[in-house]
Amino acid sequence: MTNVAVDVPNNAVIAVRDLVMSFAGPDGRLVHVLDGVSFEVYAGETLVIMGGSGCGKSTLLNCLIGELRPTDGHIYYRIKGMNQPVDLRAMNEKGLNELRKRFGILFQSGALFNSMTVAENIALPLQEHSYVDSSIIDIVVTLKLQQVHMLEHRDKMPAQLSGGQKKRAGLARATALDPEILYYDEPSAGLDPVTSAAIDQLMMDLSKKLQVTSVVVTHEMDSAFRIADRMVMLDRGKVLKIGRREEFESLRDTSPERLANDDERLIHQFLCGDPEGPLTKADGTSEYEKLIIAGE
Amino acid sequence: MSDLAPQPRVNRLVAAITAFGQAVIIGGQHARSHVHYIGGLGYLLYDTTVWVLRCLFLPRQKIGWPALASQMVRVGVRSIGIIVLVQSFIGVILALQLAPTLEAYGQLERVADVVGIAMFRELGPLLAAIVLSGFAGASIAAEIGAMVEAEEIKALRAHALNPIRFLVMPRCLATVIMLIGLTVLSDVVGILGGMITSWLVLDIGPRKYLYFTQVALVYRDFITGLVKAGVFGLLISIIACYEGLNVSGGAVGVGRATTATVVKSIVVLIATDCVFTAMFFLFKL
Repeated sequence: MTNVAVDVPNNAVIAVRDLVMSFAGPDGRLVHVLDGVSFEVYAGETLVIMGGSGCGKSTLLNCLIGELRPTDGHIYYRIKGMNQPVDLRAMNEKGLNELRKRFGILFQSGALFNSMTVAENIALPLQEHSYVDSSIIDIVVTLKLQQVHMLEHRDKMPAQLSGGQKKRAGLARATALDPEILYYDEPSAGLDPVTSAAIDQLMMDLSKKLQVTSVVVTHEMDSAFRIADRMVMLDRGKVLKIGRREEFESLRDTSPERLANDDERLIHQFLCGDPEGPLTKADGTSEYEKLIIAGE
Repeated sequence: MSDLAPQPRVNRLVAAITAFGQAVIIGGQHARSHVHYIGGLGYLLYDTTVWVLRCLFLPRQKIGWPALASQMVRVGVRSIGIIVLVQSFIGVILALQLAPTLEAYGQLERVADVVGIAMFRELGPLLAAIVLSGFAGASIAAEIGAMVEAEEIKALRAHALNPIRFLVMPRCLATVIMLIGLTVLSDVVGILGGMITSWLVLDIGPRKYLYFTQVALVYRDFITGLVKAGVFGLLISIIACYEGLNVSGGAVGVGRATTATVVKSIVVLIATDCVFTAMFFLFKL
């Protein structure tokens, strides 16, 4: 891994600096999906990244996990056992794979391997990276399944599971290698309110028990306010606001007329899910929808 | 404006130059996409070969025998029935088509020679490969495409697991090994089809038929057929995996990849067979 001397706060596990991600649009024009995004994630906290459709939050997650190479900027990781933060953008594939072993990801659909049982799904990263005996792997799999209350489903195939069970199993697999960081991509998407609340509770329990740092990408506000310590609001590829959950709660609960500026009114509209406001034009389509329709 | 109003005169030279320019641009775009496709296949082939060598020679890398065995069953064992059926029909067709011409020259028993050489050198490997491209190639492309759509490939990478090592390598090895095996089966079944037809219709006894087959065939015919089968297997699996890994656009994309795999595989197989045959002819193999 490449070590670099940078200004990253000592208690920050991840530091994103001036991140730019550009794609060629349909007309050949360069579109900045992320445009100078900067923030930190501190050890042990749960940071929620939120924003409307097309604001760049999924692109940001893909950059954070090394799935996309940013056009510009830096993503620094401060991993245990390393004196200096490492820059993800400067890493080769081998270094990136070493880093990936330190974090777990829960995908939106669970992304379980459909040809394997639940237990085999969890065992796979252990078999490939831990080089321990199969009896020990079996014990670890049992423990991980107990943590997510899925022990009785260990021999089922993913196709036999419900949406919530798939997410639980995906969470067990994400924690298989005892990661330092857990990423969640829309953990509540497609779930009923009760199951969604149960998954949120599970995420909070795991965060406390395993003492991991969590980064959650979501636009489900109920879930976001339940789990977040801090929140980041993205709008059109830029960070609109970073703050503690209480600050966002206060913005949500304040009447729009009493808010200081357009940014705050925009955040208020998003948090409350109002159909009218600075996010929405007179014809009812949102700014995001207009960008998507325009191919941006 | 009336229909009979005089139309503005178009400078024919300008129109011709514009049409030529547009043709060059479109041709260039097509050429670029073909180069991109061939480059992508080449890169995937290189990466797969590197992983095979790593798994064979590096102690900490495992070949994944259970995955390989399950792919061999899926690719090969399940294709046996359809390949036996197709190749026995081909043996029958060849014998019946050749019989009148050979009989006119008083060489009817030479049906055995022609069927044997045609099956071992050409039709055994080629038809087995074409059947396999529709049977296994399409299935590999659809399976990997569905995995891409379900974020399974992304999940593999996120767990620091290489999709080429886990998905492409076992499928390529299984297709190569099983197509070689299926070609041997095709050869035998084709000759049996020709033999039974000759016995029942052309009045050539099995002993006589097998004698002529044995005299006509040399080991070289068998080996060249197997070499072709190995290369065909590699081409089918690489095309199928490449199409699958590049799926986008949901169920429509998966369907498109499946069709593209079958069409491109058949074209590439026949073109490669043509190159092989020309080389064998030049080097008298």
